[in-house]
Amino acid sequence: MTMEFIRNHTRKGASARRLASVTAVVAAVALLAGCASDTGTNTGTDSGAGGGTDGDLSITFIPKQLNNPYTDVVLGGGEAGAEEAGFAATEVVGPLEASASSQVSFINAETQAGTSVIVIAANDPDAVGPALEEARAAGAKIVAFDSDTNPKYRDVFISQVVAKDVALIQVELIAEQIGGSGEIAILSATANATNQNEWIKFMEEELAANPAYKDITLVAKVYGDDDDTKSFQEAQGLMQAYPNLKGIISPTTVGIAATARYLSTSEYKGKVALTGLGLPNEMRPFVKDETVTAFALWDPAQLGYVAAFAGKALADGDMTGAEGDTFEAGELGEREVGADGIVIVGPPTVFDAANIDEYDF
Amino acid sequence: MTTAPTRPPGKAERIASAAPSRLGAFLRLRELPVTVALIALVIITTVVNPLFLSPQGVKDLLLNATIVIILAVGQALVIITRNVDLSVGSILGLVAFGTGTLFATVPGIPIVVVFLAGMLLGALLGAINGLLVTVAKVPALVITLGTLYIYRGLNNAWAGGTQYFAGDRPDAFGSLSVDTVLGFPLITLIAVVVVVIVAVYLAGTRPGRDLYAIGSDPDAAKLFGIPVSRRVFLAFLTNGVLAGLAGVLYASRFNSVGATTGSGLELAVVAAAVVGGVAIFGGSGSVVGAAMGALLLTTITSALTALRVDKFWQEAIVGVLILSAIIIDRIASVRSARKLRISEARNV
Repeated sequence: MTMEFIRNHTRKGASARRLASVTAVVAAVALLAGCASDTGTNTGTDSGAGGGTDGDLSITFIPKQLNNPYTDVVLGGGEAGAEEAGFAATEVVGPLEASASSQVSFINAETQAGTSVIVIAANDPDAVGPALEEARAAGAKIVAFDSDTNPKYRDVFISQVVAKDVALIQVELIAEQIGGSGEIAILSATANATNQNEWIKFMEEELAANPAYKDITLVAKVYGDDDDTKSFQEAQGLMQAYPNLKGIISPTTVGIAATARYLSTSEYKGKVALTGLGLPNEMRPFVKDETVTAFALWDPAQLGYVAAFAGKALADGDMTGAEGDTFEAGELGEREVGADGIVIVGPPTVFDAANIDEYDF
Repeated sequence: MTTAPTRPPGKAERIASAAPSRLGAFLRLRELPVTVALIALVIITTVVNPLFLSPQGVKDLLLNATIVIILAVGQALVIITRNVDLSVGSILGLVAFGTGTLFATVPGIPIVVVFLAGMLLGALLGAINGLLVTVAKVPALVITLGTLYIYRGLNNAWAGGTQYFAGDRPDAFGSLSVDTVLGFPLITLIAVVVVVIVAVYLAGTRPGRDLYAIGSDPDAAKLFGIPVSRRVFLAFLTNGVLAGLAGVLYASRFNSVGATTGSGLELAVVAAAVVGGVAIFGGSGSVVGAAMGALLLTTITSALTALRVDKFWQEAIVGVLILSAIIIDRIASVRSARKLRISEARNV
C-alpha cells in the first residue's frame, strides 16, 4: 500500500529512488531482525533451562551505567557472589549512560529471557517501576542494590551502609576539616539520584539539629551529573559564587575526584577542604598532595556479593524479603532484612594518608 | 516572504552602497554580535561579583574555553564547506583515552611524542570521515552521526571500565594546564596559536578561499575547477587533527579519561561555531568568530554560576543565543541579496 501511495504521488525517477531506499531500509530491518531473533533463540534456550529445575537459576545485574569504575568493583563482587551462591548463569547488562529511562529496555529483555533474579541499581526510583512489575509477574525476584527503587517494585534493597551513617560521617569529616564553623557546599551527582538525595537530606537534618554544627552553614547544593567536566566547572563556580566557602562535601566518586583535581590545580588548594565518598585509587594522589585529608566509602565489592546471595535466597524461596528474614551471605556471614526490606552490608570506612595504601579499588 | 518587488533604489540606499563607510563595514562584521555579547556578559557579571575577573577567575575562564575553542576552529573549517562533523566528541574521547593509555603503559614517554600520537590518531579518524563524505557523497550529517557512534563504541570496547587518572600522568604534562605565562595558561596559548594559523590560512591562501567557494555553491566551485573533494577531505582531516590535539589537552586538564570522555561535546562545538557567526549552510564565517563563540558559551556557564543563577537556565540561554545568531545571519543575507539585486538592476 505504501508503495502504491509513493508511485501515485511522485514522478517516475523519484519513485524509483524512493523504492530503492525503501528496499534498503527493509533489508536493514531484516538484517537487524535476524540478529535479534538469533539472540532471542539463545536466551530462549538459556531461560528454558533456567526455568526447568531449581538448580539452574540465572541472575542478571543491571547497574546504573556500564564502564563506571565504581560499578565495576561492585559487579566484580556480584559475579564472585553469584558463583559462590550457585547461580548457573550470571550476566551483566546495562546502559552506557546513567539516565532515568535507559534501564527499562534491559529489564524488558530480562523478563522475556525468563531470568530468575534481577539485581538493579536504579537511576530513577519510579521510571523502572512498570518494567520491574512485569518482570515480577513473570516470576523474577528483584533485588535493588546501590540505589533503591520505589520499595513496592522490589523484594529487598541491599544498602551499602545505613544511609544515615554515610551522611553523618561526611558531615563529621567536613566539620573536623574546617574547624567546626564556616560555609560549606554539596556537589552531588544528578538532581534526581535516590541515594544522593537521601544522604543530602540526612546531612541537612544533622546540620540543623546537632548543636555541634550550629556554626556551619550549607550555602549551596550543585549537581555535576557524575560527569567529570561538569563537576569540574561546578566546583569552579562554587569558589567564585561563594568566596567565603570553607569546605565541599561531594558524596559521589566522580564529583569528589573532579573537585579534587580542580582544587589541587588552583589557588584554593589547602584553603578549601574537601571530603565525601571517593575511590581510594582515584583519590590517592590528592591525599598524598594534601588537597584532601580524609574521605569515606564502603567496600563496593561486598555490596554486589551480598546482593547475589540475597537473590539466591529469594529465588530458592528461603526468604520472602519480609522484615526479620535472614540469609547466609557466604564469607560475610548472616544478614538480616530490616524495615522496608533493607539489608545493610557494613559500616563505612574512612580513608586518609595513613591507611589509603592498604586499599586497591 | 522576501519577494518585495524590485524598486528603484532610494536616495539613501544609493549613497550607502556607493560609499560603504568604514563604520558600516565594522558594523557588518560577523564576529561583532558575539563579541559585544561576550563583553557585556563579562562586565555585568564582574559588577555583580568582582571575583569573576580575579586572576584565578580569568584563568578558569580561559581554561574552560580552550578545548572548545580548538574544536570550534576545526568545526568552522568543516561547516564553511557546507558540511558538519558530529563525531568530534567521540574523536576527542578516543584520543584522550589513548593519551592516558600511552602515559600509563609507556613510562617516561616524551610529552611531545604523546602530542604527535594524539594528533595522528585524530588525523586518521578525521580522514575516515573525510573519505566517507567525499567518496560516498552522502551528507556529512549522516556519515558523522554514524562515526560518532562507531568511534564511541570503539572507545567503550577499548576502555571498558578502565579509567586513567591525573596521578598516572607526569606532572609536567598536567602542569601544562596549570602554569601560566602573562596570565594565560599554556594550553590556552596553544589554542591561540591554532586560531591564528587557521585564520591566516583561511583568509590568505588559495585553498583557504576555496573552502568558502565550495560552501557557497558546491556545483559552481566544481565548474570553476576547484578540487572540491580534495578540499573537503582536507577540512575533515584538519578537524580530526584538531580534535586529536583537544583530546590530548583534555587529558592534561581533567582528572579522569575513560569510556565516556567527551560524549555530547559535539553539539556544544557546533553551537559555538554557529553563535560565532559561522553560517550553518556554509560559505561564510571565520575561525576567530567560532573561537569567540566558544569563549562566549563557556563563559556563560561560569557567569551564571558566579551570579548564582540556577544552572538549569543555562541551556535555555544557549538556545536563545543560537536562534539570535541564526536570525541575525538571516537578516544580513536577505539585506545583501537585496543590495545585489539593486546594483545588478542599476548596471543593466
